[in-house]
Amino acid sequence: MDLHSLTIHQLHDLLVKKEVTSREVTEALYRRIGEVDGRIKAYLLLTQEEAFRQADEVDRKIIRGEKIGDLSGIPIGLKDILCTKGIRTTCGSKILDNYVPFYDGTVVRKLKEKEAVFLGKLNMDEFAMGSSTENSGFFTTRNPWGLDRIPGGSSGGSAAAVAADECIAALGTDTGGSIRQPASCCGVVGLKPTYGRVSRYGLVAFASSLDQIGPITKDVEDCAILLRGISGYDPRDSTSIDMEVPDYRRFLAGNVKGVRIGIPDEYFIAGMDPDVEGLVKEAIDLFRGMGAEVQTISLAHTPYAVAVYYVICTAEASSNLARYDGVKYGFRSNRYHDLLEMYARTRAEGFGKEVKRRIILGTYVLSAGYYDAYYRKASQVRTLMRSDFEEAFKKVDVIATPTAPTPAFRIGEKVEDPLQMYLSDILTIPVNLAGLPAISVPCGFNRQGLPIGLQIMGKHFDEGKILRVAHAFEQNTDFHLKKPNIT
Amino acid sequence: MKMDIEKVARLARLELTEGEKETFGDQLEQILTYMEQLNRVDTAGVEPTSHAIPIDNVFREDEVKPSFQRKEVLDISPDQEDDHFKVPRIIE
Repeated sequence: MDLHSLTIHQLHDLLVKKEVTSREVTEALYRRIGEVDGRIKAYLLLTQEEAFRQADEVDRKIIRGEKIGDLSGIPIGLKDILCTKGIRTTCGSKILDNYVPFYDGTVVRKLKEKEAVFLGKLNMDEFAMGSSTENSGFFTTRNPWGLDRIPGGSSGGSAAAVAADECIAALGTDTGGSIRQPASCCGVVGLKPTYGRVSRYGLVAFASSLDQIGPITKDVEDCAILLRGISGYDPRDSTSIDMEVPDYRRFLAGNVKGVRIGIPDEYFIAGMDPDVEGLVKEAIDLFRGMGAEVQTISLAHTPYAVAVYYVICTAEASSNLARYDGVKYGFRSNRYHDLLEMYARTRAEGFGKEVKRRIILGTYVLSAGYYDAYYRKASQVRTLMRSDFEEAFKKVDVIATPTAPTPAFRIGEKVEDPLQMYLSDILTIPVNLAGLPAISVPCGFNRQGLPIGLQIMGKHFDEGKILRVAHAFEQNTDFHLKKPNIT
Repeated sequence: MKMDIEKVARLARLELTEGEKETFGDQLEQILTYMEQLNRVDTAGVEPTSHAIPIDNVFREDEVKPSFQRKEVLDISPDQEDDHFKVPRIIE
């Protein structure tokens, strides 16, 4: 039995039955990382010492006959955007190359309390700005299904590590698709929760009205377990919502009988890969066959999503990233004569190309004379997009679409063309703008054997429903069981 | 739409090389042109959204609570002296 290839729920059963120890599982994962990570390059940092200490603690608890939780002793990888006390947190940026936080982010603290084992920190696009990990300040992660392909982004390290069995599950973050698009590219499950479901305290901020932390896992049941583990109100994040966190596994009924599924025409865009369209339509037929009520709906303002998003997210980013000034933490240039030069050079040397591009764009759209034309206008169209969803959810329970218009593209293919790169997020962005939850699950492979993702969106705080639909799909397909042959 | 990239970079406290000014200038112009499609949407009377989920202001009592230790905060700063962050001279 390959321990590294198991799921959270499978390992939990084995731990409880004392058939394996958490130390053995953790060892198996580091062995696996040693075998494949030279090629995948998912990890920025490994934390063996901490991991084994936590694993041994869980093993002692099991020996003493104490009850353990769902996540106890389970090896998990963390996107390097999450602050970890005493452990370097770079956010994929040279400007935070030497940053060692003195506190844990809330999700990290919650998972520590649940005795999860942290294997290390995973690669990402710098400050989560990107769709491919090519904007990482360190290196590009490779797609386990084709090493010349991007793993998606920005949580590309997290998705690739889950797909390559280099962790049992991982956390990612999603501002415009950064959990779902890499999950789709790597053939794994990824969920962006409702805005406010999960605390953002200790998450390095990119666009605060859009950012949300969520699970990337091997199957839907694991996704339900990990989501419950990180959700809940946090007084340290005033946008987190005080609402009960259900046991999401209760929703996994295994069927979609009577569930109303909406299919928005606007999501089947021109230029979409025919394999993506074909496989998603097959998935919809499957739902119909399983007793779901499928109907066509309209989300009329979808074509404006990318324009709205890149006004709002760059505006918020330019403001959030003003904190990197070389004074309080992180990198400081040594070529300066006065304070202003110190700021400008620190930022010039510390930030990568895409981050600079977005800071410039965000500063511009917020600058005097342009605010109304861009930021205010985008925020108004954002309202119209929200209303589209509100109308649609009067008629349907969930909405099904492709997660991304194409499978994983080739490394280097879009680096010189930022607008083309931005357009790869067109199907994931609307959910962030409306604050909705959405999940991506594998729904097949294209002609070259690359995975394709199906996206299911739900109403605010209706994670249970999208998990139920995703789980029912998974029960009737075997795409999530396929493993890449890493060569 | 033509952007005065030097002015914007100055506002953003970001030094750009000549090469960056040129490439970013071209790319950003293309992106801004793309964004102009928003003008096709009639937004008369539409309230802007700043948060997708309605949120209320959060109040709390103004009381002293434990916070981070000064030393651990200063220890990770690029330069410090006594109990302060150290920066180049600001006032001549």
